[in-house]
Parts: sequence; structure tokens; C-alpha cells
Amino acid sequence: MSLTTAHSVVAPTATSKRIAGTIVVVYALISMVPLLWIFATSFKTPPDSIAYPPKILFQPSVEGYCNLFTTRTRQTPDYINSLGPATTFCDETTRKRNMVIAGPSNFLPRFVNSLIIAFGSTFCAVFLGTLAAYGFSRFKVPLADDLLFFILSTRMMPPIAVAIPIYLMYRELGLSDTALGMILLYTAVNVSLAVWLLKGFIDEIPREYEEAAMIDGYTRLQAFWKTVLPQATTGIAATAIFCLIFAWNEYAFAALLTSGTAQTAPPFIPAIIGEGGQDWPAVAAGTTIFLVPILVFTILLRKQLLRGITFGAVRK
Amino acid sequence: MAEIRVENLRKEFGAFTAVEDSNFVVEDGEFFVMLGPSGCGKTTTLRMIAGLELPTSGQILLGGENVTMRRARERDIAFVFQLFALYPHMNVRKNIGFPLLAQGMPASEIRQRVEETAKLLRIDHLLNKSVSGLAGGDRQRVALGRAIVRRPKCFLMDEPLGTLDTEFRDLMVHELRELHNRIHATTVYVTHDQMEAMSMADKIAVMNHGIIEQFGTPREIYDRPATMFVADFIGSPPMNFLGFGGGLARGAREIMVQGAKVTVPEVREDVAPADMALGIRPEHIRFDDKSGLRGAIYGTEYLGTTQIAAVETADGIIKARVPAEIRLNPGDQVGLSFNSARLSLFDKKSGRAVRTSIHDLASQGRVHHG
Ligand SMILES: Nc1ncnc2c1ncn2[C@@H]1O[C@H](COP(=O)(O)OP(=O)(O)O)[C@@H](O)[C@H]1O
Ligand SMILES: [Mg+2]
Repeated sequence: MSLTTAHSVVAPTATSKRIAGTIVVVYALISMVPLLWIFATSFKTPPDSIAYPPKILFQPSVEGYCNLFTTRTRQTPDYINSLGPATTFCDETTRKRNMVIAGPSNFLPRFVNSLIIAFGSTFCAVFLGTLAAYGFSRFKVPLADDLLFFILSTRMMPPIAVAIPIYLMYRELGLSDTALGMILLYTAVNVSLAVWLLKGFIDEIPREYEEAAMIDGYTRLQAFWKTVLPQATTGIAATAIFCLIFAWNEYAFAALLTSGTAQTAPPFIPAIIGEGGQDWPAVAAGTTIFLVPILVFTILLRKQLLRGITFGAVRK
Repeated sequence: MAEIRVENLRKEFGAFTAVEDSNFVVEDGEFFVMLGPSGCGKTTTLRMIAGLELPTSGQILLGGENVTMRRARERDIAFVFQLFALYPHMNVRKNIGFPLLAQGMPASEIRQRVEETAKLLRIDHLLNKSVSGLAGGDRQRVALGRAIVRRPKCFLMDEPLGTLDTEFRDLMVHELRELHNRIHATTVYVTHDQMEAMSMADKIAVMNHGIIEQFGTPREIYDRPATMFVADFIGSPPMNFLGFGGGLARGAREIMVQGAKVTVPEVREDVAPADMALGIRPEHIRFDDKSGLRGAIYGTEYLGTTQIAAVETADGIIKARVPAEIRLNPGDQVGLSFNSARLSLFDKKSGRAVRTSIHDLASQGRVHHG
């Protein structure tokens, strides 16, 4: 638990700080260009979005968001004129393109699916992972090292290698295209990561805390709940974010195993088709909205995350 | 409060024996110290008494009840850990009240008990503070508070002063003993520091390599060490040893050491010829020019009222505690004479003390365990 490391003994000079700062800022900007591009595209009109050369400056429009949340049908101008005045902005934009809104699109239910599946599987993975990690950390588990390696090894396999067997299995079990099936799958994938990460965090918590509680009259489960868990919150938060990001972004299994009621947002968004092909503003709008939950979750837990990442460097 | 009785307690970790057939009794209200170098099995013994570790064999009785296989929470004991194990997510009040919460005690009563305890330990002004900001001595007091608030059958403390700096340590030694005098709780206290042990204990068990080498009062252990290990471990500087050969007959009163005659306490057993050692505490050595046992001053360490003189003899360096006024220069030739009534004799091979008249007092009345 030393605070000094070999390479941080020399204080950085002003110049080296400035150079390091510049590199970080430039790298951050480069990483953010695609995000900014998507954000910009979501506010373009369909013609602007495919204009060449690409438009940096454009008249912003929420047409992409309108198209994301609605389905539209093409009508004759006579029919459109026979309707009453447009009630919403989306109505108006749609009519300008000789179309009328036919109803809501599937985006909202798909987005809700994503929320349920990602948060559900994250909860399960972290819950199981915490208990397993505690067990591995505190008890003499026979073949503990082999078991831990086995758990980790499930992560080494490319998902596509097991895609077909899982597809067949899920069809047999009736888990295809169900939220439960996806939660189970993502839990299984994430639990290995969760066990490994959490074991590291729990190993750092001296066992004297639970022992003190057990001597003082608590059962092991109570001691775990009242002394270990409160001290493991940073680790649990960090682990939850990693699990959530995986489950939220997962595309391959979602594309293979979900198509209807349980479809998540990742396979849905790129398949949004407009007039004459891909509706890029709607796709960009979907992507932008899709980023929000992770962003919020990360910002809410940023303190724990930061402490979680630097865990062990500071004595509590 | 209760008596603690440990019978043939043994703990093996795989092929390694951490505690070997330990036997001792801590009487009700007694302050018992387990003393020994690091790694000798003190913590392991304590953890078995607490129920945190199951013994390989043997029995533990608390107040006459066999608790060997009971869970820790069913034993009604309190444990003060070396690292205090204060819960960082609770303030001082919650930490002290935590054991009472387990018993489902009403909040008002917990409040009252916690405040009483805090007053006893003079930390009542800290009750609403976070434990992470506390100084070492106060953390120690909170840990003690958590132990005594429940009024358990006995207290177990594992080197509770080990992480404190010297200044606090002396203060806490005093406070702990004073606290014990007030509440008279049966206490098992583990330490590797002989000064702590000597100043606090009613009884001491000196451990080495998982074995209790001697069990007795601080005075017995200091004056009549049962083994050379104990003689060497206790005392600062420790007991001196001078080798001698030949057997001993019951009733003998003299031995030959380096060609000089030394009067010793009357031997109470026959000892076959073997390598033996004469044990002399530094304060039982006088400089005496008439003595046949000679050496040269090697160096001195001035302590104010006394000084420690290192004397080089034919059998190595001997440390003597002599009055500070004596002027000594390196190389000075001196004769050594001893306080005959206070000498110990050991068998070098087994390390065990030979029975002599100094043991006569010990055998009066009390039975010793271990
Ligand atoms: N859980 C364990 N597994 C294996 N060896 C142990 C375990 N606990 C203690 N030991 C060993 O037992 C010996 C005694 O340990 P301990 O009781 O902690 O000593 P002390 O408290 O006197 O310093 C040490 O050599 C230690 O390495
Ligand atoms: Mg220890």
C-alpha cells in the first residue's frame, strides 16, 4: 500500500505537464469526433445527411427524431390536403414530404427491452458475482484456482463460437426472443467478469471486520450484509458499470436471438429504413438517445468509479 | 464473567503444527497474557478460543461449558483485533453500539449503554465523530468500548497496542490495567512485548513454536524461568548463560564454571553428566576482584542510575547491570561474582531448568498447569 511508485518520484515539470495535457485533449477530441458526427447527423434532414461534400453547417431539424418514433405512409397530396391542419411539428414535417404519420414506431418498446435486459442482467451478474467472489475470497473452496480460471476462460471464447448451439438450445427451451433468455445469457457472460473484479475488491477488505461482527452476535450473512457490503460499494459500482456497458452494447447475440418482442435497441437502430434506403438522421437520433442511460449511470456513479479504479492505492 | 479452561488444544495447518497440545486455565477475573515471538501461535490460540478457528483436537471450556464446537456468536466473548476492525462506514456511537444491535436491544437502552461505556473510556466527546479521523489511542478506546459494552463472559485481545507508537502505548498499558481493575473481566491478552506482559499480567504463558514453555505469574517467570528460551525472552537485557559440564547430584551447592567455584541454589534432583548452563540475570552480577571468574570490559551502556556493562569472558559476552558510579573503561580486567540465591541451572540440550531450592517456594500450595 505504498503511495510512491518508482516512476512518480520525480515531480513533473511545467513543460511535461503541458505536453501530457495537450496529448490527452487531442486524443479526447479525436475519440469524440464520431460521437459529435452522430449527434450532428441526428439533427439533419435526410437530404442534408447524405449531401456531398458533407455539411458541417446546416439548418437543424428534429425530423430524425420524428422519424425515429413514428411510422409513416406515403399519400396523395389531395388526401393530405383533405386532412385538417397539422397538429404537431412532426405532423407538419411529414406532410411536407407527402406522407402522414401512421403510428408509433417500435423504437420505444425496443429501448425499454434494452433497459430491462441490461439492468436485469447487470443486477443478476453483480448479485451472483458478489456472493461467489465472497465465497472464493473467504472460504477454502476446493480447486479454487481451477474454478476461477474456468470462470475466466468462459470469457476467452469468441461469442460467435457458441452462437449456434445457444440459438438451438434457446429454440428448444422456448427462450428465443424472450427478455428472460437475454437476461440469462448476459448474466452468464458478465458473471465471470463480476466474480474476478469483485474478488479483488473483497480480498482488500480485512476479514477481521466480519469476524468482529460474528463474535459480536451476528450470523455470517448478517456480518456480510452489514460490514462487507458497505465497504465493497465502490467495487460493486465499478463492476456494475462494466457489466451494464457490455449488456447495453451487445449486438451479436441480440441480433441472432431476438427479432420481435424481446428485440433490444442495438439490432433495431441500424435497421431503421426510410424512403429510399437507410434513414440516417433517424439512426443517428436512435444512437444519441441510446447513449443517454449509460451516460447518466456513469455520471451518477463517477465518484465510486474513480475510487474503484484507484482502489488499494489509498489506505482508508 | 467466567473461567477459561483450555485442554490439550492443538491446531494443524496441513503438515504444520501452529499450536501444540496447549493447556492452561484463566481464572475468573484474571488478566492472562500470552507472550511469545511472532509466529509462535498466539493468534491461532486466541482465534480458537473465540470460535473463529476450529481446533484440530482438544477442548475449550468457558465457565465450565464445553464450547469447542460452538459458533463464535454463541460464545459470548469479545475480541479486540490488532487492527481494531472499526467499521469505517459507521461513526463512533454506531461502532460501539453494533454488538448490542445484534441482541435486538431497544434503541434507548443501546444509547444509554453506549454513553456509559464511552464515559468509562473517556471518549464520550467523540461519539458522533467518524472513526476514520481518530488518533491511534482513540481508535483503540473505541475498539475496547465495542468489546466491553456487551459485558461478555471474557475479553480476548490480540496485540491491541501493537500499532500504537510508544508514547500512546505506555499510556494504554496503564489504562488497560486500570480498566481491568475496575471491571474485573476475564481477559486473554496476546503480545510479543515482554514489558507489556510483565506490567499488566496476573498470569503469563510464554509460548514458542506452538508450545507453552512456561505458565505462571510475572514474578515466577522472571525469577524461575522454566526453560532457557523463557530466560532469554524475558528481561532486558536477557539472562546470561555460562556453560559448564559434568553431572549434578541432589544436594549439590557448588559448580565449577571456567575453573572457578560458583555457589548455586541447592540442587533438588540428580542430573547425569551433560552440557549445562548457569543462568544469571544481569542485576545479580557484582564486580569482585577476588573472584576467580574473570573477564574484560568490552563496552558499557549508561542508563542513569545503572549501567549495563558488557564483559568478555572465556565463554562469550556477559551483560551485568551495575551502579552507574563505577568507572569502567574498555579492556579493564574484572572479576565476576553472583548473587548465589538467584541463579538458575539449565540442561543445555533440552533447555529445561534443573530443580533447585529456588523452586521450593513455587511448589507451596498452588498447582501449575502447562
Ligand atoms: N490459516 C493459516 N494457514 C496456514 N498457516 C497459518 C494460518 N494461520 C496461521 N498460520 C501459521 O501458524 C503460525 C502461528 O501463527 P499465529 O498464531 O498468527 O502466530 P502469532 O500470532 O503468535 O504471531 C505461523 O507460522 C503462521 O504462518
Ligand atoms: Mg499474531
